Amino acid sequence: MIRFDNVSKRYPGGHEALSNVSFHLPRGEMAYLTGHSGAGKSTLLKLIALIERPSRGNLVLDGVNLSSVSNRKIPYIRRNIGIIFQNHHLLYDRTVFDNVALPLIIAGYQHKEIGKRVRASLDQVGLLNKEKSAPITLSGGEQQRVGIARAIVHKPGLLLADEPTGNLDPELSKEIMQLFARFNDVGVTVLIASHDLKLIKEMGSPVVSLNKGLLSHNDLDLTNHG
Amino acid sequence: MAKADSNQLAKSSPFKAWGINHLRTLIASLGVMTRQPASSFMTIAVIAIALALPAGMFVLLNNASNVSVGWDNSAQISVFLKHDVTENQANKLMDKLRLYEDVNKISMINKQQALKEFKKISGFGNAIESLGDNPLPHVLTIQPVVDAKRPDKIRHLLKQLNKQKQVELAQLDLQWVKRLFAMLEIAQRAIWVIASLLGIAVLLVVGNTIRLDIQNRREEIEVTKLIGGTDAFIRRPFLYTGLWYGIGGGLFAWLLTSLSIGLLDNSVEHLASLYNSGFQLKGLSFTEGLNLIAFSCFLGLFGSWIAVGRHLSEIEPS
Repeated sequence: MIRFDNVSKRYPGGHEALSNVSFHLPRGEMAYLTGHSGAGKSTLLKLIALIERPSRGNLVLDGVNLSSVSNRKIPYIRRNIGIIFQNHHLLYDRTVFDNVALPLIIAGYQHKEIGKRVRASLDQVGLLNKEKSAPITLSGGEQQRVGIARAIVHKPGLLLADEPTGNLDPELSKEIMQLFARFNDVGVTVLIASHDLKLIKEMGSPVVSLNKGLLSHNDLDLTNHG
Repeated sequence: MAKADSNQLAKSSPFKAWGINHLRTLIASLGVMTRQPASSFMTIAVIAIALALPAGMFVLLNNASNVSVGWDNSAQISVFLKHDVTENQANKLMDKLRLYEDVNKISMINKQQALKEFKKISGFGNAIESLGDNPLPHVLTIQPVVDAKRPDKIRHLLKQLNKQKQVELAQLDLQWVKRLFAMLEIAQRAIWVIASLLGIAVLLVVGNTIRLDIQNRREEIEVTKLIGGTDAFIRRPFLYTGLWYGIGGGLFAWLLTSLSIGLLDNSVEHLASLYNSGFQLKGLSFTEGLNLIAFSCFLGLFGSWIAVGRHLSEIEPS
C-alpha cells in the first residue's frame, strides 16, 4: 500500500526532516510510527498525504508514484485516504453531521446516501446521538471521534492518524486505538503516528521508529522477510 | 479494489453529481449571505449605486435623443426668393440648382399656392385678403445630401445658395439639432467613461469582499483540500457568492433607476405640457433592465474570479 524507497525530505533552509527512509506497509496492515517530536513523523505523514513532496527517492502509494503525480490529481488521491489530526481540524460553523458529510459531498454522493453513511459512520464511533450538535459543545475525546468519523465516512483504503491521542487521557486513548484496530480488522490499512510507547506496546502492532529523520527501528521489514 | 467499486455504485453519475454539486453550492452560498444580512446588503447597495448612476444617465440621454429624433433625417434648406422674382425665373433657378451634386431633392412652393394654404390653415383669411398684394415670396425647399461626417458640405451649399442673385435668404433650420446631437454624443462618451470607471469600482468591491470571505474561511478551505476537494469545488462557492452579489446589485440598481426616473417624471411632464408636447420620460425597458442585471452578474462573477484566482492558491494545508 505504502512503499518508501530511500525517501529524503529537505525543507528550504537546509533542514533535513527525513533521510533515506525505506519501508513498506502492505495493504491491510496496521502499523505505528514512533519517535521523539521533531524526529520526522509528521513529515512522513505529510509526504503520504501529498501535503509535502519528497526531495529525493520514490514514494509509492497504492501503485501511484507520488513523487511524480501532478497537482491536479492530488485531490483524487487524497479521497482514498482518511486523515485524522491531533487538533481535529473540525469546522465549527456547522453541525457534527455536516462535518462528517463533507467528504461525501466532495465526492458527489446523493443526498439520501449521505444521510445513511454519515449515521453509519457516527454509529461506529459511538456518536449517533450527537449528529445535530455543534462540535464546540463536545468534549475533546468526542471531537476526536467526530474527526475519525469524517475520516472513515467515505470508506478510504488508507487511514493516517497524526498523534490522534495527543490530548486525551490514557483510557480514552486506548478506546481510540481500539477503534483504529477495528477498522484494520475490516481491511483498512492504518498508519498511526504516536509517541505513546506504552499504549503502542499494549496494542501489539508493528512499529516503525524514526530518530532525527533516520529510520531507527522497523518491525515491518521483519514481518515481510519472516 | 472491491470496496472502491461499492463506493462507485452509491455515487451519482459524474454529470448528475456535478449538477447536484452546483445547485447545492448555489443555494448554500445564498444561505451564507443571508446569514450576514447587513454586510451582504451593504455590498449589494454599493454595487447598485455604482451601476444605477450610469444607468440613470443612460436613460436621460436616451430620452434626450428621443426628443430630437424626428428631425434627424429631415434636414431641409428653405430658399426664400426675392419678392420680385417671377415664377418663370424661379423655375429656371430650380433647374439650375437641381444639377448641384449636394442637392438631393428640390421643389417649389409658389406664392399663390402658399397663400391659399396659409389662408386655410391660419384662419387669417380675411385679414390677408385685405392686404391686396400677396406678401409671400416663392420658396424653394431643398433636401441636401446629408453626410454626417462632412457637415461643411451643407455649409458650403448654403453659401452658394445665398450668393444667387434671385435669393433673398437660404437657411438651414436644423443647425441647433446638429449641435444638440454633437452634445449628446459627448454626453454619451462621458457616460461610457463614467460607466467604465464605476464598473471597475464594482469589480474591486466584489473582489475585496470575496477576498475577506476567503480569509475568513481559511480553515474550511484547508480542511476541504485535505479531504480531497478539488480546486474547482473550493472555488465554486466564492464564484457563486460573487454571482449573487451581481444579481442582487443589478436588481437593486434597476429599482433605484426606476425610482429616480419616477421622481423626475412629474416635473418633466409639467415642463413638456408647457411646450405643448406630450413628451414622457421613458425608464429602462425590460430588455435594458435585463441587460443591466446581466452586466452586473458578469462584474460580480469576474470580480470574484479575480479574487479567487489571486488568493485561493495561497492557502495550502500544512
